[in-house]
Amino acid sequence: MSMLDRYEPLVDDPDRFRAACRRPLPHAVRVNSIKSSVARAETALTDAGIAHERADWHPRLFRLPEDQPGANWPYVHGWLHGQEEVSVLPATVLSPEPGERVWDACAAPGSKTTQLAALMNDTGLVVGTDANVGRIAPLRSNAERLGVTNLAITHEDARNHSLRPFDGTPYDRALVDVPCSCEGTVRKNSDVLEEWSLDRIEGASGVQRGILRRAVEVTREGGTVVYSTCTFAPEENEAVLDFVLGKRSCRLVDFDIPLDHTPGVTEWQGDTFDPAVRRAKRIYPHQNDTGGFFCAKLEVTGS
Amino acid sequence: MSDDGGPTNVGTRFDRLPATAAERTVSGRATREAVLAFWANRYGIDRAVFADHSFWERGAGKLWVFRDDIDSPAEVQGLGMTVLRTRQEHWKPTLEATQRFGRHATRNCIRLPQSAAEQFLAGRDQSLDWDGDWGYLLVTHELAGDPEPLGVGLYVHGELRSMVPKGRRREL
Repeated sequence: MSMLDRYEPLVDDPDRFRAACRRPLPHAVRVNSIKSSVARAETALTDAGIAHERADWHPRLFRLPEDQPGANWPYVHGWLHGQEEVSVLPATVLSPEPGERVWDACAAPGSKTTQLAALMNDTGLVVGTDANVGRIAPLRSNAERLGVTNLAITHEDARNHSLRPFDGTPYDRALVDVPCSCEGTVRKNSDVLEEWSLDRIEGASGVQRGILRRAVEVTREGGTVVYSTCTFAPEENEAVLDFVLGKRSCRLVDFDIPLDHTPGVTEWQGDTFDPAVRRAKRIYPHQNDTGGFFCAKLEVTGS
Repeated sequence: MSDDGGPTNVGTRFDRLPATAAERTVSGRATREAVLAFWANRYGIDRAVFADHSFWERGAGKLWVFRDDIDSPAEVQGLGMTVLRTRQEHWKPTLEATQRFGRHATRNCIRLPQSAAEQFLAGRDQSLDWDGDWGYLLVTHELAGDPEPLGVGLYVHGELRSMVPKGRRREL
């Protein structure tokens, strides 16, 4: 497990970290408020004989200890969406309001996009962008099953995202949940250990910088950008924040989350980062029995 | 160009529907007025339900419903959800629009017992009695104590044909 060795200096309890990374992750579902209340979804799960327990930190999240999310009536009706527990965090932190304009820079397959739409009561506008044409159809399909009507989908490289179809009007908020080396998903996909390479991390980091920079550019002054990954590598996390803080008018802001976490790191393998990156949150698998995650909140300050 | 010299539908592009027939420039295109009248007349869904939505055509006769409004034609790959199939004698609602808006319907809804709902979801046709109109019906069943719209069936000759698209079919 050489990949995990790399992060032992960062974690408080390397043995628990390693043990958690080896445990499989239970399935979880998010209740889709566009189509159902939590109470009705819970009744439907009970009626279907599906064991479920509510996550204590998020009111719309159920863990399914014994079942897959997809083969039951509430799923068919779009009341539920299978989503890894910790991945509901970035949209929760972005916290869009009904009626706002929001960009999801890396939208497919749409778990977080549809969560944004639900938080907005399916009003306002969500623009969901994805660079991979093969992932547009799944994005559209998930959004339709979940009853989302406020979503416009664009197929483009998020680094060059165009506001032209949308009047050139900047967004109130943007979610930048970038493609990454996915180290934090090791509990559901052990392939990430075999596919891991430093080249991959460095390649991802370049793209991530470009996407976050574009998100800050297309968000209005005073607007909010949330940056997230499901990886541990500081090259894809704090280094990306450090780059954008130096290039665009924005600042990292404090925020609270109901999960155990540790602050962003300011030093990594000889590099030092802007001290503000400590405002980002690192979530390791052993802290809350979830996948690994990284999340930061930025305010666009204008030039 | 169409036979009458006007513009024709571009299948790969999102074009907003004209408000009324008087404003129509693309031959055969449905109008917003006709769409609202369709839902109101056939299913009893109040026009106010769609007051904040715009309607678009992309693909021949394939209509989309979008909560916001943007410039037309729209250079995007998706706009809200598919809502209706038009440019055919009988317009057909989509499963997705039925699930999203069908709770506002007051007629041409057929409620299936659970075992029949399972057959319907699996894509199977079934014989059953229905003394209402023939044609496309909104199919509901009970879920968590209340009726919930599930999809669209075509009722003809004593048979309810499941219109559940292949990708949405399930064996529960």
